[in-house]
Amino acid sequence: MLCSTVRQATKRSLVPNVQVRKHTGLSFELTSEQKQFQELARSFAREKIMPVAAQLDRDGQWPQELINEAHSLGLMNLHVPEDCGGIGLGVLENCVIAEELAYGCSGVMTAMLANDLAQAPVFLAGTPEQKKKYLGRCAEEPISVSYAVTEPGAGSDVSGLKTKAEKQGDKWILNGQKMWISNAGYANWFFVLARTGDANTPTGKAFTGFIVEREWAGVQVGRKEWNMGQRCADTRGVVFDNVVIPDENRLGPVGAGFKIAMGAFDHTRPPVASGAIGVAQRAHDEALAYAMQRKTMGKAIIEHQQVAALIAEMAVGIEASRLLTYKAAVTVDNGGKNTHMASMAKYMASEVAMKSTVDAVQVFGGNGFNTEYPVEKLMRDAKIFQIYEGTTQIQKLIIARDAVTQKMSKNE
Amino acid sequence: MSLARVLVPVKRTVDYAVKIRVKPDNTGVETKNVKMSTNPFDEIAVEEAVKLKEKGLVKEVVAVTIGPKDAAEILRKLMAVGVDRSIHIETDEDLQPLAVAKVLKKVVEKENSDLVLLGKQAIDDDSCQTGQLLGGLLNWPQASFASEVNVEGGKAIVKREIDGGLETVSVQLPAVISADLRLNTPRYAKLKDIMAARKMTIDTSSLADWGVDTTPRFDVVSVQDPPTRAGGVKVESVQELVQKLKNDGVL
Repeated sequence: MLCSTVRQATKRSLVPNVQVRKHTGLSFELTSEQKQFQELARSFAREKIMPVAAQLDRDGQWPQELINEAHSLGLMNLHVPEDCGGIGLGVLENCVIAEELAYGCSGVMTAMLANDLAQAPVFLAGTPEQKKKYLGRCAEEPISVSYAVTEPGAGSDVSGLKTKAEKQGDKWILNGQKMWISNAGYANWFFVLARTGDANTPTGKAFTGFIVEREWAGVQVGRKEWNMGQRCADTRGVVFDNVVIPDENRLGPVGAGFKIAMGAFDHTRPPVASGAIGVAQRAHDEALAYAMQRKTMGKAIIEHQQVAALIAEMAVGIEASRLLTYKAAVTVDNGGKNTHMASMAKYMASEVAMKSTVDAVQVFGGNGFNTEYPVEKLMRDAKIFQIYEGTTQIQKLIIARDAVTQKMSKNE
Repeated sequence: MSLARVLVPVKRTVDYAVKIRVKPDNTGVETKNVKMSTNPFDEIAVEEAVKLKEKGLVKEVVAVTIGPKDAAEILRKLMAVGVDRSIHIETDEDLQPLAVAKVLKKVVEKENSDLVLLGKQAIDDDSCQTGQLLGGLLNWPQASFASEVNVEGGKAIVKREIDGGLETVSVQLPAVISADLRLNTPRYAKLKDIMAARKMTIDTSSLADWGVDTTPRFDVVSVQDPPTRAGGVKVESVQELVQKLKNDGVL
């Protein structure tokens, strides 16, 4: 990033005799095109998602109609490159849109954006044919796809994965069980991480990625799991029983799977952070509106300092995590390495979302605990942000490890 | 008979969701650092024009705006929902409806438009005059407050919203039609169309180029907030009510 500043004698600031400086390096403004994307996503979220969110949550109903509409407007699959029929936008644009969608309902946002996690490994390591076929399919139709890495016995402990892929001739035979797979019930294809090394192979070389079609024999999708929040989203167990994978569906070199699967997160953690920020922003806005009209002890409760403090804390958390998330997004869009930033953003935003939604329920008091008011859903929806896409604990490990790496790379 | 071009005049106004504030010197409404958007009735007019194009009744939708440099933003947004070409007449002057109508007449003549579709009024001044004045200057028939528009055989059949209900009129084209709220629901722009619109050219000119006398015909003396509502009073009986009305000089 450029750090030059250009001194321009432009307009006078509010303080006399101080000339306004226009910085040409760091900018905190979105471009007017990005603002239009934001406006589109905002209108869609407020007008189409918000009115049905509570019902979708009650029924746990998969929002296919909203997905279809978002897809036709171009609000999904933003990373699919233009030569695959997509729009080829960056992580920053995805973040801006994710925040707006999540403001309406983070369950709907997850249903729409979980595609990105599955697509990222294909984007990073796919051959031109694989990209055209699998990413192109997503651009063409409002399908859903899944990233299948987690297992009942291995979430954070990816090196503990047991799903195996064995080479037989020019095919691979896949056997194993995955769990908590987003979109699984509706997935058209899966990115699957499977063990191809033996017990002695180091983690970094033990796994390979595959693209598995839903319709292949042996792919068994389990029942919908009923979760605390984001209930309209779809999470299930998936069993792979002697699924035959042609070698042309292997993603990247044998043994390179771990790196590919983890590399996806540099692109997907910032938008997930933005989703958390959308939930936090919604919590803040609902709490503020309520506090300005609810009266106790002779005044609107926003005038009680302890309530005002809660709102202030939400506002600070939101502003800070948004800036951190934008930085993580812009860094990777500009070709830089952003792994620790993406972790920082995801960790901070998810903590902010949890705190803000808990505090929003508090601001609403007894009403906050009740399902007729919107905030209890926000609190239930917020929790998962601290868990999926890498738990808060894993994010902290990544951040600390990066600090060590940075220190050791210097001669000081 | 296939229509050639529909012209949609659009105005950049304070966004409808903004709570407006009167300037301290009472000369007008504060617009600095205030969110601006396309006048909602003009968005409805654009949507109707695009629908006519989709029905094959119009070949090209052209939008025109008269306003400051920033007004080009609304043209970009409208090009993302189906406007094919746009014209930006730049000026920092605040034009009054008659001046606007005179400029639009010149645009209509230059563009050889067959139909002018615009919002019934702008939400900043609520004048509700430009469409009608334009019709008069062009000596074209007009149908205002349209809630439904059909075009067939060189005529427009328009359902108008009037105090008494709905009135259906038939106007010979070319004509001026002004859009009312219930005419349609403007569509969302698609992301790829937003991106494509950024690359489209806008035909920009300055107001002076059009050679129109735009001197104001009336002076705005002052702009004030409406008086704050006084609280109501409860009365105990009909007699008390009548007494109060008599005392206040109402009866």
